[in-house]
Amino acid sequence: MAAVHPAIGRVVLDERDIARALTRISHEILERNRGASDLVLLGIPTRGVPLAERLAARIREVEGEPIPYGSLDITPYRDDLRLRPARALEHTEIPVEGVEGKVVVLVDDVLFSGRTIRAALDALNDLGRPTAIQLAVLVDRGHRELPIRADFVGKNLPTSVIEHVRLALMEVDGRDEVVIADRTRETEQ
Amino acid sequence: MDRHLLSAADLSRDDAALVLDTAEEMRSVADRPIKKLPTLRGRTVVNLFFEDSTRTRISFEVAAKRLSADTINFTAKGSSLSKGESLKDTALTLQAIGADAVVVRHHDSGAPHRLAHAGWIDGSVVNAGDGTHEHPTQALLDAFTMRRHLGDLKGRRIVIVGDVLHSRVARSNALLLSTLGADVSLVGPPTLLPVGVESWPVEVGYDLDQALAKCDAVMMLRVQKERMNASYFPSAREYARRYGLDARRMALLPEHAVVLHPGPMNRGMEITADVADAARSLIVEQVTNGVAIRMAVLYLLLSGTPLPSPDTDLEGSR
Repeated sequence: MAAVHPAIGRVVLDERDIARALTRISHEILERNRGASDLVLLGIPTRGVPLAERLAARIREVEGEPIPYGSLDITPYRDDLRLRPARALEHTEIPVEGVEGKVVVLVDDVLFSGRTIRAALDALNDLGRPTAIQLAVLVDRGHRELPIRADFVGKNLPTSVIEHVRLALMEVDGRDEVVIADRTRETEQ
Repeated sequence: MDRHLLSAADLSRDDAALVLDTAEEMRSVADRPIKKLPTLRGRTVVNLFFEDSTRTRISFEVAAKRLSADTINFTAKGSSLSKGESLKDTALTLQAIGADAVVVRHHDSGAPHRLAHAGWIDGSVVNAGDGTHEHPTQALLDAFTMRRHLGDLKGRRIVIVGDVLHSRVARSNALLLSTLGADVSLVGPPTLLPVGVESWPVEVGYDLDQALAKCDAVMMLRVQKERMNASYFPSAREYARRYGLDARRMALLPEHAVVLHPGPMNRGMEITADVADAARSLIVEQVTNGVAIRMAVLYLLLSGTPLPSPDTDLEGSR
């Protein structure tokens, strides 16, 4: 995992911005679904997982009841597996309630080409038949390559394709921030 | 990881950990309503078995199918192999039909190595047991099974008992387990220990009772009568008395210790029926885990781009 150097790039969301965005998204999810009764939150590794956990905690505060959340690894479903050396798998943890007949909210950090979400839809398809699937992302940076959109967005960030958007989260990176940097050597998918 | 899996010695500690961690995720696929991943769609895996096998062949076949690969089973009986076709001509046939991976079991030690390096085929070669040499995926599934019960294997004492001489399982396990940091000891009659065992990363002993008292896992090996061309021990009864695992010996094991056997078992010879069916015996679980391990191996060898040269490391780009 590449460490984000705080000095490189422009901070567009700080810790408090991220906290506010997540609080708003959790309310929007509840509003759209009229409560939390059939909700399941599934984060996409790596950083979607702690985001799903934080959203679940906020929804619990508002509704007073815990809601199921977990993680969904999309690696085996990627469309670019053959373009790179084999990748290590991430952890998938589906709550015991399952996804059958539930409203699944997929949670990811940055929405870019949409290919990750396409893979996530395929992965969910093999796990059961949810009543509905919705998508929550912290940052939507545009440049979609597939007909996919988010239902809940923390912040729309118009970017250039050559820029790099990086989210750092306390659970993974030791701090909360979103940084825009010139693309250096790494490429996003 | 290399493009092929021929020997447990090819795996570095990181490679081995990657296979075991990947298998952990693959194992959960079996609990899903649709037990399949689309990952190897359009790839062809050939199971080339020159020697009889139940577990390993079925396990590789299920593993390849759960990853959506096409599988072709090729056994010596019922193919041109029984007419005396050479390994080379068989390999050229597999190359011509476009095999992406060849899982090979052969009665001669070194046959998978020859297949991988002779330039006959472009695909990955997985050794599914060659002669008395190696059986790396068995060692991986044994390590995986022990890790699930004992946690990290570093510093764990593992005793491998019996016919080490004819056992490819023992050699692969000794290599892999020492890579993973476990303390391995071999116990068996001196006639059934291979020449050169001093150079293995293991301790050697002859007293089973003593070894059992302080071990974390005991692995019983099958006495391979079909490979024996001389009398290595006086009688089956004497073998069972000195090196067989029975209820009395199992009671010597520490509370947490587990029992493994790669199968097929000679019940009453190296292991008694009541021990084989006891709660701490993991023999059936080994088979379940075998599928997960083989899924992990096929996934790691086949899912990415074929590497340009075997020296290129996997960690380079992300």
